[in-house]
Amino acid sequence: MVFEGLSAKLQETMKKIRGQGRVTEKDVKEMMREIKLALLEADVNFKVVKDFINKVSERAVGQDVLESLTPGQQVVKIVNEELIELMGKTQSKITFAPNPPTVLMMVGLQGSGKTTTSGKLANLLRKQGKNPLLVACDVYRPAAIKQLQVVGDQLNVPVFSMGDKVNPVDIAKAALEHARAKLHDLVIIDTAGRLHINEELMEELSRIKSAVKPHEILLVVDSMTGQDAVNVAESFNEKLGIDGIILTKLDGDTRGGAALSVRTVTGKPIKYVGMGEKLSDLEPFFPDRMASRILGMGDVLSLIEKAQESFDEKKAMELEKKMRSQQFTLEDFLDQMQQVKKMGPLNQVLGMIPGMNNKALKNVEVDEKKMVHVEAIIRSMTRQERMEPSIINANRKKRIAAGSGTTIQDVNRLLKEFEEMKKLFKMMSDMGRHRGKGLGKFKMPF
Amino acid sequence: MGFFDRLKEGLEKTRKGITERIDKVLVSFGKIDDELFEELEEILVTSDIGIDTSMKIIEDLKKKVRENKVIHPADVKDLLKEELVHVMEGECRLNIGTSPSVIIVIGVNGVGKTTSIGKIANLLKQSGKKVIVAAGDTFRAAAIDQLEVWANRVGVDLIKHSEGSDPAAVIYDAVQAAKARKADVLICDTAGRLHTKKNLMEELKKVSKVIDRELPGASRETLLVLDATTGQNAIAQAKTFNESSDITGIILTKLDGTAKGGVIIAVKSELKIPVKLVGVGEKMEDLQEFNAREFIEALFD
Ligand SMILES: Nc1nc2c(ncn2[C@@H]2O[C@H](COP(=O)(O)OP(=O)(O)OP(=O)(O)O)[C@@H](O)[C@H]2O)c(=O)[nH]1
Ligand SMILES: [Mg+2]
Repeated sequence: MVFEGLSAKLQETMKKIRGQGRVTEKDVKEMMREIKLALLEADVNFKVVKDFINKVSERAVGQDVLESLTPGQQVVKIVNEELIELMGKTQSKITFAPNPPTVLMMVGLQGSGKTTTSGKLANLLRKQGKNPLLVACDVYRPAAIKQLQVVGDQLNVPVFSMGDKVNPVDIAKAALEHARAKLHDLVIIDTAGRLHINEELMEELSRIKSAVKPHEILLVVDSMTGQDAVNVAESFNEKLGIDGIILTKLDGDTRGGAALSVRTVTGKPIKYVGMGEKLSDLEPFFPDRMASRILGMGDVLSLIEKAQESFDEKKAMELEKKMRSQQFTLEDFLDQMQQVKKMGPLNQVLGMIPGMNNKALKNVEVDEKKMVHVEAIIRSMTRQERMEPSIINANRKKRIAAGSGTTIQDVNRLLKEFEEMKKLFKMMSDMGRHRGKGLGKFKMPF
Repeated sequence: MGFFDRLKEGLEKTRKGITERIDKVLVSFGKIDDELFEELEEILVTSDIGIDTSMKIIEDLKKKVRENKVIHPADVKDLLKEELVHVMEGECRLNIGTSPSVIIVIGVNGVGKTTSIGKIANLLKQSGKKVIVAAGDTFRAAAIDQLEVWANRVGVDLIKHSEGSDPAAVIYDAVQAAKARKADVLICDTAGRLHTKKNLMEELKKVSKVIDRELPGASRETLLVLDATTGQNAIAQAKTFNESSDITGIILTKLDGTAKGGVIIAVKSELKIPVKLVGVGEKMEDLQEFNAREFIEALFD
């Protein structure tokens, strides 16, 4: 996984830095190189990466990083902040015309997902109280009109079509009249996919635009697009003046660097993301999630922040020392379990660990009820037992089980798994200093 | 128009983009230095070759430049060309020896599977083969109608069930029809699917099993369609589809745009799967055989 590459490389760099005790500009440069490679691997456009790195470097060589005790962490934080900033800090939604109907026009390359997305938008906005009309303006691709009709049928949303022998400009005009007559307050025009360099077809879009004056023109972009995303977005924006972007097929495993590219070159907001083939699979765009995805590192930053917020620094340091010297006890464990609980629901916390995507999470059973059990068992131990689990003999086990309302097997399991827990919590408390590679084959004790 | 001319024409844009920039780089550099290699690397990266592959290619190039004691920057280009040809070389003829033989076309959503099937059917029919196409995409709205339009356009038989039916059952019927009607080639459309969806990948295996069982020993092509606009995700697509379906070749579509499709170089060098065909437009004739040397020559002309 690319993240592991980036993580390992940044760690490497940081180790060197630690040895020197102080960060130099050269170190920062080295880290920037790794970030540059990561962004390129995520398909962010080369030029966009270059500008971005320049901007981030400027901030990074500033005192922020140089003075920090955890420079690697600081750099990642800055990169992340800049990424979020670039992709738009606030969420952007579709806006509606003051005088209905609101006309939305969907444009984009062939195969980017316009027709499906038109249906999804109709579905979503209808839930917000709109009365949509879908308009079939793709007269070129075989069965494109039929496709929209099927989608409309599935949603029970009317579809306006005049077959494939009529000029799309005329279809759009007639559709608008039809919408007014039938009191539709929302018109979504599906256009044929086309290459941004096909002048004739780009001209056709301009004419549709002049004819129906859409309230918003939405560029539909496949999130798997590579370096060419900038050319496509630039051309469509120059020719039509787009109002927003919808990213499709984000339910796959693409890192989605195109998001950053198209946003940078057009300055237009990404409004929604397509997350599946079902007509309900359209979601709002979250810049922070996208930033983490492009960097390939989960919500590592929020985890760092959360951890910083809820962990008592001094206590954490004490714990770390104990764990290193293998003096970590059940008493400490109980303590740390309280800390972790403060960080929020466990699977949410786990979800923020880099490398832990949803897929990986499915293999890790997080049973918060079991966590309560574990807590009860430890609470039923004497202080001495917590400090020195080895003294817990059969008699003691019986007592602990009875006291905690569990069984002897439960107590045994806890003790056996305690060793492994140490590793897990060590990793969590070390977060940021040695960013872990996910939980891998760790078996969660709860 | 000969094959090479058509190919060249189709690749015009790709070629122009890359060669103009490379020429500019080579002219503006008086000597071979790190900066020259960096610029070359940039050109590779912006063609979607991927940073890892690009760096590898440039490392190799540097070594060769040293070994061959190259002193003129312009000769570096020839070496780079050789490198890339070497990577891209592979068998591109379709393996359709038996009658019937089967071509299955797979890929993620919207890459151009159905359109490519129309084009291949046309190509094969032109060469005198009897072709049947099977509407194996029973999922996407109007996918069957789309293939039907193509079948009518080209003038070949179509086997279809209704939307929502079992794709394996469609393929079963299509195989029986291919045998009964003595067809030479059966081309199967499949629904677009992201390679990350496990159960959909299983569905492909099921289709493949039907063919194994009903047509043992038949020549088979499993062609993965990759969209030239796709970036590095194409590598994951190729890897995952290959795991479940043993891909025998790649169709690279949409090369008529400005995207370079360079990621196939990474795919080829990692997975050794040859590119067999390229799509250069939406018309029936906009399909060409892939030839590595011509492809690279056209890039650097
Ligand atoms: N410019 C260009 N467009 C192409 C090419 N190949 C396919 N297309 C277009 O890309 C769009 C999608 O093509 P389809 O053949 O429907 O793709 P598909 O993979 O079958 O799509 P799904 O079945 O929906 O997954 C259509 O508008 C095609 O006309 C090509 O080589 N160049
Ligand atoms: Mg299709």
